[in-house]
Amino acid sequence: MTATLTQTDAVVSVGGLTKRFGSFTAVDDVSFSVQPNTINGLLGRNGAGKTTIMQILTGQDFPTAGDVRVFGEAPAENPRVLSNISFIKESQRYPDDFQPRHVFESAPWFFENWDGDLAARLVEDFRLPVKRRIKKLSRGQLSAVGVIVGLAARAPLTFFDEPYLGLDAVARQLFYDRLLEDYAEHPRTVILSTHLIDEVANLLEHVIVLDKGRIIIDEDAERLRGSATTVVGTRSAVDAFAEGREVIARESVGGLASVTVTGLDDASRRQAAQTGLELSTVSLQQLIVRKTNAPDTEFENPS
Amino acid sequence: MIEEGKPIFVQIAEQIENDIIGGRLAEEHQVPSTNEFAAFYRINPATAGKGVNRLVDEGILYKRRGIGMFVATGARERLLEARRMRFRDEFLTPLLDEASKLGISPEQLTQMIQKEGVTP
Repeated sequence: MTATLTQTDAVVSVGGLTKRFGSFTAVDDVSFSVQPNTINGLLGRNGAGKTTIMQILTGQDFPTAGDVRVFGEAPAENPRVLSNISFIKESQRYPDDFQPRHVFESAPWFFENWDGDLAARLVEDFRLPVKRRIKKLSRGQLSAVGVIVGLAARAPLTFFDEPYLGLDAVARQLFYDRLLEDYAEHPRTVILSTHLIDEVANLLEHVIVLDKGRIIIDEDAERLRGSATTVVGTRSAVDAFAEGREVIARESVGGLASVTVTGLDDASRRQAAQTGLELSTVSLQQLIVRKTNAPDTEFENPS
Repeated sequence: MIEEGKPIFVQIAEQIENDIIGGRLAEEHQVPSTNEFAAFYRINPATAGKGVNRLVDEGILYKRRGIGMFVATGARERLLEARRMRFRDEFLTPLLDEASKLGISPEQLTQMIQKEGVTP
């Protein structure tokens, strides 16, 4: 069962993964892989299956069906795999009388790459009171504890699952900046799950989007950028333009309509502009909202 | 700084090109490292590297082993030439489209350009 650990292999490879809770299918026949030393976004609405997948990848839950490999091996109850992983989650619990400094002092036992100096710098950056009982910390300070552990652990595979509930915009920017800085110096594989897609879009190298337990996007972030365009104009002009194109969302008000289409080349853009249509680029966040929000009928081509 | 709709690595490459054309990055001078670009623009370092490598492939930048990236001799003139070629597609064609939408005749457009031209 053991595979040799080589740098070129995918860090995570998942084939046909399914997870059912009773009659509910949380993850439905999902296959993907994660390349080493990349920052990946695992995105989607609440209940899409992101956390379930991360729990299975980190050995905290078992698949109903499918093959899951992390560093080439099955993660469950596998210390060789789990010692290389840190999983920072929204609802991390600590022993009742713990203070943040206790967390940081015990971290080197679990993470062999732990950098205490980095942790100390981050404590300063986030202005975290290290000698207050964790129970008494604010929601944002509790999130800061997790973010600091996740960064300073320098685990070869780091999961951040909605790591920053309660963190303000300044603290979130601090997290992004420190993540980029430290990742640049100490490359490792990061899987980041968040609802704040616009904030993290530029940090990501690869994006996986889940909807209702299935993967609907698995693509390089750069290839997704600008891949969708919203075209607005009179209904007849928009309909004529959308004819035969892949339409991912469609709205209309009175005589006006807007469609979101993929893969517009320069000639099509010029053609649209010449027929009086307004074009605007769709951000990654808007693209995901449109792909996961719209009723099924809106995915069909207008006819 | 970073806008939607265009691949980031293209924007990084264009930013470096603009700095070379504008003289802020002189020929045979060192350009910032990939990690410095990534930190400054708050983007993934691999993406920044892709932008830099594109200019290396085009011979605008070159690598000195163990030191970093430098602007090649003649880079500015080559970039200017390429930009002039693109000027028509990126500016002239949309200008003419918009003018025709607004009912501005080619003669009126010529007058407007001349009027702008005398007061730089």
